[in-house]
Amino acid sequence: MSIKTSLGLASALAIAAASASFAQSPSGTVTIATVNNGDMIRMQGLTADFNAKYPDITLEWVTLEENVLRQRVTQDVATNGGQFDVMTIGTYEVPIWGANGWLVSLDDLPAEWNADDLLPAIRDGLTVDGSLYAAPFYGESSMVMYRTDLMEAAGLDMPDAPTWDFIREAAAAMTEGDVYGICLRGKAGWGENMAFLTAMSNSFGARWFDMDWNAQFDSPEWAETLTFYNDLMTNYGPPGAATNGFNENLTLFQQGRCGMWIDATVAASFVTNPNDSTVADSVGFALAPDNGLGRRGNWLWAWSLAVPAGSQSTEAAKAFIAWATSSDYTALVAENEGWANVPPGTRTSLYENADYLAAAPFAEMTLQSINSADPTSPSIQDVPYTGVQFVAIPEFAGIATEVGQEFANMLAGQQTVEQALANAQALTTDAMEAAGY
Amino acid sequence: MARTVTTTRKSVNTALAWAIGLLIFFPILWTVLTSFKTEAQAVSDPPVWLFFDWTLDNYRTVLDRSDYARFLWNSIFIAGGSTVLGLLIAVPAAWSMAFVPSHRTKDILLWMLSTKMLPAVGVIYPIYLIFIKMGLLDTRTGLVVILMLINLPIIIWMLYTYFKEIPGEILEAARMDGAGLRNEITYVLLPMALPGIASTALLNLILAWNEAFWTLNLTAANAAPLTAFIASYSSPEGLFYAKLSAASTMAIAPILILGWFSQKQLVRGLTFGAVK
Repeated sequence: MSIKTSLGLASALAIAAASASFAQSPSGTVTIATVNNGDMIRMQGLTADFNAKYPDITLEWVTLEENVLRQRVTQDVATNGGQFDVMTIGTYEVPIWGANGWLVSLDDLPAEWNADDLLPAIRDGLTVDGSLYAAPFYGESSMVMYRTDLMEAAGLDMPDAPTWDFIREAAAAMTEGDVYGICLRGKAGWGENMAFLTAMSNSFGARWFDMDWNAQFDSPEWAETLTFYNDLMTNYGPPGAATNGFNENLTLFQQGRCGMWIDATVAASFVTNPNDSTVADSVGFALAPDNGLGRRGNWLWAWSLAVPAGSQSTEAAKAFIAWATSSDYTALVAENEGWANVPPGTRTSLYENADYLAAAPFAEMTLQSINSADPTSPSIQDVPYTGVQFVAIPEFAGIATEVGQEFANMLAGQQTVEQALANAQALTTDAMEAAGY
Repeated sequence: MARTVTTTRKSVNTALAWAIGLLIFFPILWTVLTSFKTEAQAVSDPPVWLFFDWTLDNYRTVLDRSDYARFLWNSIFIAGGSTVLGLLIAVPAAWSMAFVPSHRTKDILLWMLSTKMLPAVGVIYPIYLIFIKMGLLDTRTGLVVILMLINLPIIIWMLYTYFKEIPGEILEAARMDGAGLRNEITYVLLPMALPGIASTALLNLILAWNEAFWTLNLTAANAAPLTAFIASYSSPEGLFYAKLSAASTMAIAPILILGWFSQKQLVRGLTFGAVK
C-alpha cells in the first residue's frame, strides 16, 4: 500500500469516525411541554447539567396548567402539529396514544438507562404491545394521610392497612368543632372526584363496564360505594366539599382542619413540610382502605415523558428523556436539593437507597401503594379495560367528567344517590352507544 | 330644600359608585396583596389582609423561572399589531357603511356580529389545521391575524356608531372643495372621529391583551404572550397561589397602567354619541 493510498484511507476513516461521532451526539432544539409542579420546576432548574452533557441541544420549556396542557398536547399530537418534541403525559394517555401510533417507541434508550429498574406497575402502565412509549418522571398512588395526635386523642390506632369501616369509625371520632374527620375529593372531573371514586369503587367490587362494555352504575356495588362516600362526607366531611379538589383539601389538611385525607402519595412531602404545614410533625400514613375483597381504593399514576411522532428532533428528545428519568438525575436532585425532594415512585433502586428511606418517612408506604395497584386487573370482576382510576379508552375523559358532575351534585345535596347513579348509567350508556361500543 | 335633597342624592350616588367600583376592583386588589405573601399566608384561614410580613420572594422566583421580557414583548406585539391592522381594515369598512350604505348594510353588520356568537372552541380544529398548513403555529404573525379577525366585528361596529354621529354634510362640503376619498377620510373624518377611534383602539388593545383561548392554543415556546405566562403558574397539584398572583400582577400591570392614564379618553369615547 502506497503512502498516498494509506493517507487516503486514513482520511476516509477519520471522516467516517467523525460522522459516527456526530450521529451519536444529537443536536437541535427540544421543546418540552410540561406541567407546573414542584418536581418539574426542579428539573427546569437543573438543566445546566444536561446542557453540559449535550451542548448542541437547546431546551425550550412550555409550562402549562394540567388541563390546558392536556388539551394542547392532545390537539398537537392528533394533528401531527409538531410543536412539541417532549410531552408530559400520564398513564391515561400513553396506552391510547401509543396504540394510535402517535408516540415514538422508547425501547432503544441506552442500556445504562436501565428499563428493568422501573417499578413493574409503572412500567406496565406505559407499555403497549411490549413497547415502552413513555419514560416515567415521577409516579404516585394514593394513601391515607392522618393526624397522629387526633387519632391518639380519639383512642384509636390506625392500622397500616385500614378497612373502610375503620375509616368511618375514625372519622366519626375525630370530627369536632372545625376539625373534620375526613377530607376527600368532591370537585367534578375525571381526574378529580372520579379518580378517587373509581379507585374507591374497585375496593367495593364495582367496575365501570362489564365484558360487553355495558355501563355498570346500576350494580349494587356502585350503590354501596356511593352511599358510603356520601354518608361519610355528609356526616364527617367539610362543608362545601363538592368543590374541593386536591389543592383545597391540601390547604384544609395543612391548616389542621382534616383528621384524615385520602389522596395522592405526592402530597406526603407537602403535608410534612414545616414551612407550609401547621401539622407537619403529626402526620401518619397508611394504605388506602379496603373492604376485604382483594382490592384497595388506591390509584396509580405516573407523569411521564414521551416523544410525539411528529417531532423533528427525535434523537435529541430521547437524549433529554434518558437524562431526566435516569438514576443519575435522581442523584443530581439529591445532591442539590436533598433526598426528600427527588422525584418518587418510578425506580426500584430508589426504594433500596438508605439515604432516601431515611429522608422520606412516607417512602415505604408509597412503594407499597404503587405496588398494590394493578392497572391490568383493577376490579375483582372481569373488565375489558385497563386503568385503575380511569378506563383507558378515548371516550372516558368526557364521560367521566359528566358522571363526576352528577356525583358532585349529589354531594352538594341537589340529588339523591339513586338519582345520581341512574343519571350516570343513562349518560354513560348513551355515550358508549354513540361511540359504537 | 330641593338643594338638600340633591346633595343627599349625590352623596348616595357617590357612595354607591365607590362601593360598586371597589367591589369590581377587589379581585385585583386581593391578587396584588396575595403576591406579597408567602404560600402559607396566601391560603391562611382566617385570611390575612394587610398586617403580614410583606415579601418580594414571589416576584424574584417568577423572574428567575420565566423570561418575563419575552412574554411582555409578545403581548405588546400581538395586541398592538392586531389593533393597528384591525383599524386599517375597519376605518374604510365603517366609512362605507356609515356614509354610503346599501340596502344590505344592516344585514352585513348583523352578520359580522353573528360571528361572535360561535364559541371559539367550536372552530379550534379547523383553525389549528390551517395554521399548521400555513406555518403560522407559534408565530406572532399568526396571532396578530387571528386576534384581529376576532375583534374586527366589534371595531367596525364601534367605528360605524361613531361615524354615524358625524354629519354627512361636512364630508360632502369637503368633496365639493375637491377632496378625494383618501383626503376626505384622512383630513376630515379621522380628526373628527379621533376620540371614538382612540377608545376603539384602546378597547381592542385590552381585549387582545387579555385574550387567553387562542393565545394559549396556538403558541408554544416562541410567540407565547403574558396569558401563557400566567397559565404556567397555575397548578392543580401543589400550592402556587402566591406565585400565581405575582405572575398575574406582572401580566396585568402594563395594561392597567395604560388604562389608568387613558381613562378619560376611554370614557369619552365609550359615551360618544350616547346623548344627543
